[in-house]
Amino acid sequence: MRSAERCRKLVGAIAALNLPETRIMEVCGTHTMAIAEAGIRSLLPGKVQLLSGPGCPVCVTPPEDIDAVLDLSGEKDLILTSYGDMLRVPGSRRGDSLLRRKALGADVRIVYSPMDALDLAADEPKKQVVFLGIGFETTAPGTAAAVLQARERGLKNFSVLSMLKSVEPALRALMAMDDFAVDGFLCPGHVATIIGEEGFRFLPEEYRMPAVIGGFEPDEILFAVYLLLLQIAEKKPQIQNAYPRAVRPEGNPTARRMMEGCFTLTDARWRGLGEIPASGFTLRDELSAYNAAKRFSLTPGAAALQSGCRCGDVICGKLRPDGCPLFGKACTPEDPVGPCMVSSEGACAAAYKYGGQE
Amino acid sequence: MEEIITLDYGSGGKKTSRLIEKHIVPRFDNEALKSLGDGAVIPGGEMLAFSTDSFVVDPLFFPGGNIGKLAVCGTVNDVAMCGAEPKYLSCSLILEEGLPLETLERVLEAMGDAAEAAGVCIVTGDTKVVDRGRGDKLYINTAGIGVMRHPLPGLAAVRPGDAVIVSGTVGDHGTAVMLARSGMMQGDVRSDCAALNRLTEAMLSNVSSVRILRDPTRGGLATTLNEFAEGQRFGIELEEDAIPVRPEVQASCDMLGLEPIYCANEGKLVCLCAAGDAEKLLDVMRARPEGENAAIIGRVTEEAAGRVVMKTGLGGRRILQKLAGAQLPRIC
Amino acid sequence: MCLAIPLKLIEINGNDAVGEAMGMRRKVRVDLISEPKIGDYVMVHAGFAIERLAEEQALEDLETWEELQHALG
Repeated sequence: MRSAERCRKLVGAIAALNLPETRIMEVCGTHTMAIAEAGIRSLLPGKVQLLSGPGCPVCVTPPEDIDAVLDLSGEKDLILTSYGDMLRVPGSRRGDSLLRRKALGADVRIVYSPMDALDLAADEPKKQVVFLGIGFETTAPGTAAAVLQARERGLKNFSVLSMLKSVEPALRALMAMDDFAVDGFLCPGHVATIIGEEGFRFLPEEYRMPAVIGGFEPDEILFAVYLLLLQIAEKKPQIQNAYPRAVRPEGNPTARRMMEGCFTLTDARWRGLGEIPASGFTLRDELSAYNAAKRFSLTPGAAALQSGCRCGDVICGKLRPDGCPLFGKACTPEDPVGPCMVSSEGACAAAYKYGGQE
Repeated sequence: MEEIITLDYGSGGKKTSRLIEKHIVPRFDNEALKSLGDGAVIPGGEMLAFSTDSFVVDPLFFPGGNIGKLAVCGTVNDVAMCGAEPKYLSCSLILEEGLPLETLERVLEAMGDAAEAAGVCIVTGDTKVVDRGRGDKLYINTAGIGVMRHPLPGLAAVRPGDAVIVSGTVGDHGTAVMLARSGMMQGDVRSDCAALNRLTEAMLSNVSSVRILRDPTRGGLATTLNEFAEGQRFGIELEEDAIPVRPEVQASCDMLGLEPIYCANEGKLVCLCAAGDAEKLLDVMRARPEGENAAIIGRVTEEAAGRVVMKTGLGGRRILQKLAGAQLPRIC
Repeated sequence: MCLAIPLKLIEINGNDAVGEAMGMRRKVRVDLISEPKIGDYVMVHAGFAIERLAEEQALEDLETWEELQHALG
């Protein structure tokens, strides 16, 4: 799949467009990492800036929400299950993370799927098993399916703490910001698998914003970037699918039905973007038995920010990771101030690991 | 009833003696051990290499090996990396109350076999038993002594242009253990756990310009190369496509959200040598089973001092950092 | 959170399936796929197949790619 030849041609084609100063933004943590890993930025012309936006679901979770998770993890007879990505993310108190709580005795376990958490709940009837649901539309349908399975299997000790969020409201909030100046969006390939090309049509139609859905291999990314830059050069905003192998125009209706059947969209706080209406996936009332926030009466505290942390600006693409005064100095993956440096999909983590903008 | 380790086995009394005489000594069979003194008295050489390591791997048994084999090979390799011929090992066991004896026997068997295969003797040791819940089944500490044969000049001798050579495929062990822990996948990934002393002897007796050897265990290849370059006046540049990785290891890493260059190896070494000797060294290495997939993966550079840079197949460049903390599997 | 890999379905049992790539096998849930069949290639994320893949190869048969090929010469 990695075709050096194809990439070479695409790099040449992009250069040949001879664009003036152009800013494009990706909004997918996996794109953030794949782009950094493949050194894509070093292959683009200097005038084309590829920014990272709010694509890392861990990074956009506000500190007070993480604090609520950390406090929950310490509950007696409770097993907190989470994807590995979350383990090192600090809350509002520096150094406080699930990894640290685990070392202090909290029962925190890494799972690869919500189904693992379900099986754990079946194996440990005397304990409460909470699954930390983090992600966007790619992850929400699977989480929904797991909740339905829990109901079918009659598992009373299983619940989901949903921090799942929707991409579209974030993009709208971004574009509503005064200083927002991006010429086109590279759209997340696997979110698009679920919501389809249709799910991103609002970008060209309501905002005249060029948009291309991209895959994750280096040649797929370059292909999508090329098409996006071409739209910008020709001033013809549309929604294009550069990942047709996995994305259909209508997306995956089965997955969407599952997701919409189990979740409703409620107001949610995003780091960097503030409170966005109808942007967080919350379990519907009829499934509230599986809603961990209700079961454990969790009410996140007031907004609490780590001092000096600029993650909010990085998430909105206003600040490049290496532009943050803390980057690589006070804030490193071993000792992070905010999530962007330590989330497996964080822009700062990618920049630190792969060398950033070269 | 299944025989299990109880606190009595660690008390130093009859049960301890029985454990040693019946289960440990026969498997480590050698004269120095048989006398069962407090320490072993063994003949030595002028310069010695000495190393120690503790082994706490979970699970105890994984495809390609177990904690016992690991404990022997790990310490043999540390001594071999110094340019020494490993000779004697100590073996300290910390057993958790409730451990089935059968499990211990399997581990000891593996240690005896590994020692024999490597040509070393386990000449002294200790056994303790801790209360249930105070030790995760079994911990092993081994220390090893070897006789210096080929003193290596170390990082001070490294020059721009030097070749970076790895003895085979990377990431096998770490991936195998992660898979065994995740319990959800089956496949052909096996730990590469192996003793490398015969390989190092062949390398060092045939090529004189080897600067340094190291086995990239925790943190993987990327971390070890960073340890070489850190704070030095040279950098290291790697060719991504030249790094040997088994397809099934790559596939498993993709599934787990890991990277092979950050996964532990227990049967591989990396070395820096003069550019002119690289091809010859490669031939020597490939002639041995432990080195059959040896490859030149990069070179030492004047630029990017102190750093490790990787050229991707597409001509992009990325900086490789050390592994920050424990490698947590990514799902997303 | 989009990390996903393509797997080929080699066993299906209701909503529980087994997917395979390069000799590695793992459990996959197919609740989100309509009428999954043995031999289907699917994109798997967090233990769930999120979509059936049109085919295994990327980009080769794309109309757009073909146009691009012409444009690039």
